[in-house]
Amino acid sequence: MAYPAGFKYTKDHEWIELSGDSGKVGITDYAQQQLGDVVYVELPEVGARLKQGQSFGTIESVKAVSELYSPVTGEVVQVNSTLKDKPETVNKDPHGSWMVVLKLTNPGEAGALLDATQYQDLVK
Amino acid sequence: MEQATDTPLKKTPLNARHRASGARMVPFGGWDMPVEYSGIVAEHTAVRTRAGVFDVSHMGEIEIAGKDALAAVQRISSNDASKLQVGQAQYSGLLTPRGTFVDDLLVYRLGPSHFLLVVNAGNIAKDYAWMAEQIQGVGDAVAVDSSSRYALIALQGPEAVNVLQPLTGIDLASMKYYWFGHGEVANVRATVSRTGYTGEDGFEIFVPPQQADKVWLAVLESGREAGVIPCGLGARDTLRLEAGMRLHGNDIDETTTAVEADLNWIVGWKKDDFIGAQALREQKASGPSRKIVGFEMLERGIARHGYDAYVGGAKAGTVTSGTQTPHLKKAIGMAYLPVEHTAAGTEFEVDIRGKRARAAVVPMPFYKRPK
Repeated sequence: MAYPAGFKYTKDHEWIELSGDSGKVGITDYAQQQLGDVVYVELPEVGARLKQGQSFGTIESVKAVSELYSPVTGEVVQVNSTLKDKPETVNKDPHGSWMVVLKLTNPGEAGALLDATQYQDLVK
Repeated sequence: MEQATDTPLKKTPLNARHRASGARMVPFGGWDMPVEYSGIVAEHTAVRTRAGVFDVSHMGEIEIAGKDALAAVQRISSNDASKLQVGQAQYSGLLTPRGTFVDDLLVYRLGPSHFLLVVNAGNIAKDYAWMAEQIQGVGDAVAVDSSSRYALIALQGPEAVNVLQPLTGIDLASMKYYWFGHGEVANVRATVSRTGYTGEDGFEIFVPPQQADKVWLAVLESGREAGVIPCGLGARDTLRLEAGMRLHGNDIDETTTAVEADLNWIVGWKKDDFIGAQALREQKASGPSRKIVGFEMLERGIARHGYDAYVGGAKAGTVTSGTQTPHLKKAIGMAYLPVEHTAAGTEFEVDIRGKRARAAVVPMPFYKRPK
């Protein structure tokens, strides 16, 4: 699976799709492959304030529990509740399955994240 | 990232086949084993609806033979092996004098004075040393670790008979559950038993290691149209948990007795003295203070091995196994709770990484195959 050129990426295998000063966040294809079948996603409440690198939830496969880390500092303005009942969509469409929408406190922060080429090199 | 250990992992005869098939490999009990091929959920579902094939060659096979072999087995194995006819097997425990589990195992009666004990992969050396020591003085009986002579392939699922019968002259339809026979599978000398660790109908096929790949491929080919797929340890664990089967190292170990583990049925209570007999009889008479239960989560959250169980706000026990089960689509598990809180329907809480979530005791097995 290709890594969308328009996304930015973290070393913890999250992606963020920026749109002005807000961004959709999810996990990469590499992450979902490592996890295996996702059976449970725990996401924060709308209004939660996150620092860059702070855990904002967990994603569980049959065998393991993984933390989700926020790529940027910001406030949760939307949560994808469909992942509660259909966590497997993260496996089927990792780059389309957004988990939270964040309103960035510091839009400049995202510039330091990896681009698609750099992320591709990381997981090669 | 875990540091690589210096001891190389052991490989089953099918290791190259798993890797060539694209299996995701993990270390397990000192072995390099496939955890999944196409995904744990897909594999679990295949076994429940069609059939799946597992490489379980890492498990151990210890033979006990000699004029006094039965007496030796009766001493070290909790169940009553005198009930076994030649060709029959039983589930049992290898117990300490405290009645706790050195291991759990299957005992096969190969002959009047010849038994095969199939044990867990991670415990082979420990079990063999224990057995060899404990049967000394019983009489004319020896224990031999024959693990390297066997590869073991498990074919499990409702289609298992249809998939295996074309490959063997052994009459599978008349083979009762927990019985076995000798013959050939795919023209390879084999022993086939109607046993398994999934809660489905199925067979475990013992073959010489050099022929394991041939048999593996033959079984998969025979089952191709029926949708039979290779399955790994990930699905093996979710299947056995759904079926209410204990896993040594998780649910039973050298700190849990057969009574606490609710495995009274594998104890030969009427036998003459056996290792653990006195401790178990005392505990049965006075009643254990804790017991294993099956449970279901009532709130969102998956309970996992090692999580604490709370009753009335106080820590009362531990979760020994837990997962989100692909077939029942529920979060289930096993836990030890104080015996007064083990009735079906009892509610308790599991501490899931700092948050308490409600759970309820349910009878096991969680899943029973349709008759």
